[in-house]
Amino acid sequence: MVFAPTAPAEYNAALNSKLAAGSAGDLITCRPFDASLELYNQGHLADLSALASMANFSSVAKSAWQTDDGAATFCVPMASVIHGFIYNADAFEALGIAVPTTEAEFFAALDKIKADGTYIPMAMGTNDQWEAATMGYNNIGPNYWKGEEGRLALIKGDQKLTDPQWVAPYAALARWKDYLGDGFEAQTYPDSQNLFTLGRAAVYPAGSWEISGFNTQAGFKMGAFPPPVQAAGDTCYISDHTDIAIGMNAKSPNADAAKVFLEWVGSPEFATLYANALPGFFSLNSTPVEMADPLAQEFVSWRGTCQSTIRSTYQILSRGTPNLENETWNASANVIKGTETPEAASARLQEGLALWYDPQK
Amino acid sequence: MARARPVRWHIGVFLAPAVLVYTALMIVPLFGTLKLSMFNEEGAARVFVGLRNFARLFGDPLWSDAFWNALGNNAWFFLIHMLVQNPIGIALAAVLSTPKLRMAAFYRTAIFIPTILSFVIVGFVWKLILSPIWGIAPGMLDLIGLKGLFAPWLGKEDYALTSLALISVWQFVGIPMMLIYAALLSIPDEVLEAAEMDGITGSAQFWKIKLPLILPAIGIISILTFVGNFNAFDLIYVAQGALAGPDYSTDILGTFLYRTFFGFQLQLGDPYMGSAIAGAMFGIILLGVCIYLFGIQTRLRRYQF
Repeated sequence: MVFAPTAPAEYNAALNSKLAAGSAGDLITCRPFDASLELYNQGHLADLSALASMANFSSVAKSAWQTDDGAATFCVPMASVIHGFIYNADAFEALGIAVPTTEAEFFAALDKIKADGTYIPMAMGTNDQWEAATMGYNNIGPNYWKGEEGRLALIKGDQKLTDPQWVAPYAALARWKDYLGDGFEAQTYPDSQNLFTLGRAAVYPAGSWEISGFNTQAGFKMGAFPPPVQAAGDTCYISDHTDIAIGMNAKSPNADAAKVFLEWVGSPEFATLYANALPGFFSLNSTPVEMADPLAQEFVSWRGTCQSTIRSTYQILSRGTPNLENETWNASANVIKGTETPEAASARLQEGLALWYDPQK
Repeated sequence: MARARPVRWHIGVFLAPAVLVYTALMIVPLFGTLKLSMFNEEGAARVFVGLRNFARLFGDPLWSDAFWNALGNNAWFFLIHMLVQNPIGIALAAVLSTPKLRMAAFYRTAIFIPTILSFVIVGFVWKLILSPIWGIAPGMLDLIGLKGLFAPWLGKEDYALTSLALISVWQFVGIPMMLIYAALLSIPDEVLEAAEMDGITGSAQFWKIKLPLILPAIGIISILTFVGNFNAFDLIYVAQGALAGPDYSTDILGTFLYRTFFGFQLQLGDPYMGSAIAGAMFGIILLGVCIYLFGIQTRLRRYQF
């Protein structure tokens, strides 16, 4: 098998062009939701519902790669990623900071790190924009909009982006500005990663995919905590985002061989191999997987204590123009920089969504 | 009686390779794109919609806001090149062509080298230089006591586009320099000697004799800059990504086209609206070139030696 990757930012464009031109590979890694659904609707991805190993996945796990009615599944789910915060445990210990569980404790901890001055409290920049939305808004947001409850209500049209539970995460993000490094406006994603792994920043708003990279880069002890809740004792919600799957090119000349491979991808054997080779990408297989990495174990343990949800903008809501996901990147970055108020950003997003999404009109 | 002139086959034969390659790679795709811009998808079928895509692009605030923003940014990008790149290029050429300058070949090469670098390298290197975290820009400003002037330029709405335009100027200043340099060298010595006899030397000679003689070359450079800038894409994409942040402040027509045509992240590509944007870009460039060709070039006085 030949693995021919493209850069993440170019993947969709490259894949769409290759499929249209008939030069794509036999096996195709699938982004969640509409990007892949569109490929299925165009006849580029084969229907894999009949694979025996599909039985190994829950309906939630498969939801990202199914038609809206759930009739056809076109990619074998591989992994989800969980959002939270990775922190420099040595720094927390030196400064005598306990792991924060509530929002008040979270900001108190950041204040303490800032006052001490040894570390940049939080490593994040707004240059690339997506971190602000993915590791910012969709990381802390589920605690406000109560995970699936809010996300599904938004899709049904029962809630609006201008409702308090959708504006409040922006208000919290606006407070992050004071804790980011100098010149964070021009700080890129790799800059943030390096700031943290070089030990110059204490907290990193993270996705669990960072684990394996950080393990090799960072020379200090790391820990992780889930997004802090508003008041002690509140139910916590985490973004446990179904992120990657693998499907088959409908025009593949090697369909039989590809199916054999996909059956294996759906097996518990693959799940164990994959989850341990890439700590931080958590298997969606129903069979529990043993993982050796302590940081990965910490992340996955939140599945037991918190309610899981996926990113709010991914299912259905980013189908139209303006594209809600792109607008959320832009709005989150603006709010953190302080160039747009949380209320104005939410109002703009709601207005854009209402333009094309009937339940929100 | 004169014999009928033989058919001159060799003309066609020699033209054929260039015509065929150019047609296949440029003209056919151009008309393909223009054709695509007249279609759209309704349901699952592709239907002819005439100019409705363009009406949407210019009339629907959803599209027109982004389009005018990109066009405005593009105009600013072009203006900076015209005001900074070309005068500097001319000045450098004038300095280089003075016979007294030593090591002229070295300077010429050094100034031209960035032009042959890839956009990816230029974008990446300048991003590092200007980085508030690892960059040498803050440190160098600190050395001369001007640290207070440093800002994360590429991350600020007010400065990002100008910074990128200046980076592009740095990269391409060698091209006007070379063209003007060649034009200056082609001025015959008799003309300059005659000027000297009349007592016109030094800077007066440049302004009164040389500049009028190189005006056609300056015109060509302006039009090359115009076409290059309105087709620009790479540098912005490399430095700021397809969303052309911060807050679309560096979005130019090229990045707007890329996002629309190929899609981005969860946004699916829309080849029809994308083609409409490409068509609009083609129209803008065509208009600019026509204004130049018919409005300016025909009025430039040429001197034959």
